[in-house]
Amino acid sequence: MTRPAVLELDNVAISYREQDIVRRVVHDVSFSIAAGEVVALVGESGSGKTTTAQAVIGLLPGNGQVDHGAIRLDGTDIAHLSQRRLDAIRGSRISLIPQDPSSSLDPVRTIGSQVAEILDIHRPRDRAANRERVIELLGHVGLSRPELRVRQYPHELSGGMRQRVLIAIAVALKPALIIADEPTSALDVTVQRRILDLIDGLRAENDTAVLFVTHDLAVAADRADRLVILRDGRIQEQGETAAIFRAPRSAYTRRLLADAPSLAPVSYRAARPAAGGEPAIVVRDLVQDFVLAGRGGERFRAVDSVSFTVPRGSTHAIVGESGSGKTTIARAVVGFQRPTSGHVRVDGTDLATLRGSAMRHFRRTIQLVYQNPFGSLDPRQSVRSIIEEPLLNFGALPAAERAAKALAIFDRVGLPRDLLARKPRALSGGQRQRVAIARALVLDPRVLVLDEAVSALDVTVQAQILRLLGELQRDLGLSYLFVSHDLAVVRQIADSVTVLHNGRAVDAGPVRDVFEMPTSDYTRDLIEAIPGKRHPAFA
Amino acid sequence: MSDAPLAGAGVTVEGGRHARSVAALLRRVPPGLLLAWLVILLAALLAVAPGLFTHYSPTAGIAGHQLRPPDLTHLLGTDELGRDLLSRVVHGAIYTLTGAFVAVAVGLLAGTALGLVAGSVGGVVDDAIMRVVDVLLAIPALLLSLSIIVLLGFGTVDAAIAVGVTAVARFARVLRSEVVSVRRTEYVEAAFGSGGTFVRVLWRHVLPNSVTAAVAMAAVEFGRAILLISTLGFLGYGAPPPTPEWGLLIAEGRNYIATAWWLTTFPGIAVVVLVLAANRISQSVGKRT
Repeated sequence: MTRPAVLELDNVAISYREQDIVRRVVHDVSFSIAAGEVVALVGESGSGKTTTAQAVIGLLPGNGQVDHGAIRLDGTDIAHLSQRRLDAIRGSRISLIPQDPSSSLDPVRTIGSQVAEILDIHRPRDRAANRERVIELLGHVGLSRPELRVRQYPHELSGGMRQRVLIAIAVALKPALIIADEPTSALDVTVQRRILDLIDGLRAENDTAVLFVTHDLAVAADRADRLVILRDGRIQEQGETAAIFRAPRSAYTRRLLADAPSLAPVSYRAARPAAGGEPAIVVRDLVQDFVLAGRGGERFRAVDSVSFTVPRGSTHAIVGESGSGKTTIARAVVGFQRPTSGHVRVDGTDLATLRGSAMRHFRRTIQLVYQNPFGSLDPRQSVRSIIEEPLLNFGALPAAERAAKALAIFDRVGLPRDLLARKPRALSGGQRQRVAIARALVLDPRVLVLDEAVSALDVTVQAQILRLLGELQRDLGLSYLFVSHDLAVVRQIADSVTVLHNGRAVDAGPVRDVFEMPTSDYTRDLIEAIPGKRHPAFA
Repeated sequence: MSDAPLAGAGVTVEGGRHARSVAALLRRVPPGLLLAWLVILLAALLAVAPGLFTHYSPTAGIAGHQLRPPDLTHLLGTDELGRDLLSRVVHGAIYTLTGAFVAVAVGLLAGTALGLVAGSVGGVVDDAIMRVVDVLLAIPALLLSLSIIVLLGFGTVDAAIAVGVTAVARFARVLRSEVVSVRRTEYVEAAFGSGGTFVRVLWRHVLPNSVTAAVAMAAVEFGRAILLISTLGFLGYGAPPPTPEWGLLIAEGRNYIATAWWLTTFPGIAVVVLVLAANRISQSVGKRT
């Protein structure tokens, strides 16, 4: 590294104070970023990566503080500057691209005024010139028709467009350092790639240093010159991206590399002989319309004649971006909503024929596992009563037998028994998802519908849950309908796949065929957008 | 010889630590809230054991002691029949408190039931219930409770029920809004998905997760009920004389307001302090949930 460092963290420790307890979350972290360089801070939730980034820009929550160490921007320590001195630096020398584009813009102000704000704060004198600069900036970050955009409100823009606006704000004053905190994790994969390309282009143009905070090692590998791997507030390993991929030194890095589906060498599930008998799920020409509220009965077609079959004991994936109709299909298959037309047969039963109590009894056959394990468990119930509840719904099992059954499932999903009495909020995300799976399995269903069931989990936890699902399928002969936006995961675990785009199936078939010979441009785009291509198959 | 003082010292350290942890707990509770709880506790004590606070009869006057100002024999003075005012206020607590409890219970139960049904069934049922609630809210509370008393008859419990009915609409509104949002959560859908019947899911998931808002509101309603019950007593629609109900005390004292200020002031202070205490507590409950 011959160039001088723009940002240098030297032995930084950060702690949070909660009531009277001081908890240190970042321990002795040191790294530096030179101009034009991208350094990725990689870690799972709770690793301290966001805290570190917040400390750099002086935006730690009120109860957080830098205990010791120096954060040097171009050689001056900014770790203990007053907020007023920091105000002069933030926006002009360091800027932030926040994580969630939907909540980071003020909904009641126009795009133009929000971009102009940063210019007006730092250059209050030439407001007229600032207005012109706003249009120029919006054009520069790739927004079409910037003259129109300045007058629009955030809700009129898509997620990707909003993120472009936030990037325009971040680069407005050509800062020396941009902190990008998970800038694309709320976006669809194809959008994600374009946004990352944009950040990369702007970096090269102005020779900006970029601190890229992410949980996704594959994305970091594609974009960063160097990686800093954090775990529990400690640096596990740092160095050149290629060097780390060639020879990871810490065990934790090796595990991350092994668990990231998009980094794993491409492998497909071995083709298995199709189990005989009735297929688990048959969907024929499924159409689902929604009536739009307040528009005089106007209809929106969420799913447009989609058909697929899931043979017994296999995994079928439904892949698509947000708004593609994949969740709508999942809900129709479990019988939460009646299709506008078409047929859904589960385990030989046509759902259209089921009403009332028959429908209720049918629910034993098929169970849904939700994306968000925080929302799908009743916060007031203990884990034990969550798992026992489905059994109560189907009557006459004696209490002892019920408890034994719940306990067996609980052990089966690999949870330690001392968690039984806890409430969901006292569990980690992975443990909650195991509880949700246990609740789904306690009725001995034949089919499990997994709606983004691993998307909210950290990559190592995700790998554990995927392994668990694989074991359960083998042992219990379950069939899975796996709904996901993550092609890398689908490639790894599914037997067959349907690719959805705007409610239509654009590609379908065995996973290997679809991934190696996609028939539609859209599928090719999606596959192209899987991150982790720069450092393939380290094995 | 040398052992004894050491052991004694050990005990004081233990005791000191215990006292310190209690003190630490008290320090964390805001003083205003602490005071509010003490007021409620005192009121409850007055209602349960009035004999602890006064030995005078609340209803029998003492000859020759009419309209005495507060002094050492009669701390709050006496009324026109020579009845001790302190005794009347103390014995009146039970009427006010039970009245408020009955009123809140009526409002909470009926309001929760209506709100739960409206929010979870939805559609026409929701519309029908909520329009009735709107009508109830549109009628002034006092007018509504007066009409109900005229229908039910006069008496402490009747007045309490009448006050309760005016709270039903507010409870129903609050609960319905909670139910509507809980009803849409994934865990409720998951409960239906695992074969739960409608009633069972409502009982096990929707109600427990939405009722906290109504419970927090119950404390505010408690203060309101005290006020409204006193108002009804004042207007002569509550307990009949010589019941020492607080509103009635104020109404009776009004005749002598020019000469015997204590007859209206002390029952009035009792009402105000209790209402403020109830409001302070509900504020803290609302903040925590």
